[in-house]
Amino acid sequence: MLVLALDTSTAACSVALVGVDAAVSGPGSRPVITALAGRVTVDARRHGEVLAPSIAAVLAEAGARPADLGAVVVGTGPGPFTSLRVGMVTGAAIGAARGIPVHGVCSLDALAGDAAALLEAERPGSRDAGRSALAVATDARRREVYWAAYRPATGGSDEPERIIGPAVDRPPDAAARMREAQVGSLFGPGATLYAEAFAGFRPPPRPVFPSPAALVRIVAAALFDGGAPAPLVPLYLRRPDAALPSAPKAVTA
Amino acid sequence: MSPVVLGIETSCDETGVGIVRDGVLLADAIASSVDQHARYGGVVPEVAARAHLEAMVPTLDRALADARLRPADVDAVAVTAGPGLAGALLVGVAAAKAYALALGVPLYGVHHLEAHVAVDTLEHGPLPRPAMALLVSGGHSSLLAVPDLAREPVVSLGATVDDAAGEAFDKVARLLGLPFPGGPPIDRLAREGAATIPFPRGKAGDGTYDFSFSGLKTAVARWVEARRAAGEPVPVADVAASFQEAVADVLTAKAVTACRERGIDTLVVGGGVAANSRLRALAAARCEAAGITLRVPRPGLCTDNGAMVAALGGLRVAAGAPASELDLAASSSLPLSA
Repeated sequence: MLVLALDTSTAACSVALVGVDAAVSGPGSRPVITALAGRVTVDARRHGEVLAPSIAAVLAEAGARPADLGAVVVGTGPGPFTSLRVGMVTGAAIGAARGIPVHGVCSLDALAGDAAALLEAERPGSRDAGRSALAVATDARRREVYWAAYRPATGGSDEPERIIGPAVDRPPDAAARMREAQVGSLFGPGATLYAEAFAGFRPPPRPVFPSPAALVRIVAAALFDGGAPAPLVPLYLRRPDAALPSAPKAVTA
Repeated sequence: MSPVVLGIETSCDETGVGIVRDGVLLADAIASSVDQHARYGGVVPEVAARAHLEAMVPTLDRALADARLRPADVDAVAVTAGPGLAGALLVGVAAAKAYALALGVPLYGVHHLEAHVAVDTLEHGPLPRPAMALLVSGGHSSLLAVPDLAREPVVSLGATVDDAAGEAFDKVARLLGLPFPGGPPIDRLAREGAATIPFPRGKAGDGTYDFSFSGLKTAVARWVEARRAAGEPVPVADVAASFQEAVADVLTAKAVTACRERGIDTLVVGGGVAANSRLRALAAARCEAAGITLRVPRPGLCTDNGAMVAALGGLRVAAGAPASELDLAASSSLPLSA
């Protein structure tokens, strides 16, 4: 199955075309995921202009047409509202136009999935029981971070399991809750941006942005189960800024 | 078969999807977030943008169902690229690009005000060239010379220098304790009153085609406060009628003058304020006296909608106008010449 994946929940506008083959080798085997083409553009203010040409570019690079797509996977944040909506409405509209399912995945889960894979590569065995929890944090602006904490992947799954969040907090408050949850490794741009608050975690420089491939990995099994995906819900985590009006001010003194 | 053009509008608080084929309106689906804004006394941009994301695909699907078409029947996608609320516009522009890209059809980014003029062709047929347009809404008050919608940019002759006319209606409504949006309740109340209070006509007879409604709003506030300070009852129906008269008077006077001075014999009135009964009546009377043909779309097509975007897209497609690129930007202050 040809899958279009995209994430616009951070400064990166990330698009990938991915081939997903259903598990065929018996019980317990997992779908095989092949990256075909990708584009990452880091410009927090231009998601709206960059995204559609990036999608056209990955399709062209892979020699595919929109009609070849079998599913769309989009990151649902949390992230800055305006860019988050660009990605989500794009995924939703492509799904509507082609009559294909659109799966939403918490963008922090993708970041955690890539972080766990990195840990596993550096320190084989990190998936074994007994390893500490990990957390990810991205920039929520207004001196806050979006963050979540995860239990390492266990035998049944390749992906870490979210145990806290997604949440939005001031960095010191997030750090305190991470310590309570005995988080051992912290990843993501929020961690490096507020290095002082997260000093105890010594976050590594990568991965920085949620990767579309990780989004697909997380829902790979669901792509083949034939059920309708859950409705797309953006993870805003904050209410809109809006003040109720006061009584009209007098214009005469 | 003539091309099917789908139009998307999200510049303010209405998520609109219209479908037009050969100048005929096949569907006009709308989802409005106005109720969510009412308690704030005005449109809250982030609330509007969130509502657009939620409503976008359901409204697209509803428009297609109403027209008894499938996505694959769509031959072109048009979208309001601006002006409007930046975050709101971006949802529609991104959706339009994705829809066009997924279907392999051309994309047309259009100007919101030009679309307001174009919608009249769905009801009254092709516009004479040139025509004059008066567009009045909560966000705009503009007088436009319209040479040829499909091929030439509309020229702004004048616009409000401060509040839009619809904004003045909202502010005066709030002053009188009426709900948001203020246009409909003021119109209703004004029918029970008389336009006896001489509120000022901003910039009337100043030789420009510009408008000003901020001073009018303040004059109404002063008048009402003086009554209250004196312990006298406020004749709200008369205030509503007098305020509405001042707005309709200056708008129609300048529009008719512009037609006469430019030798243009057709006036199109559009935008949400064009639903106002006094503006419609006064425009009709003054145009008739001046020998000008007045064209006003039905109220449902005067407010923001997707049909107007599809209408303009249809004219562009028919004229063989160049399509937009996929990197089309949403622009909150899109100029008319774009």
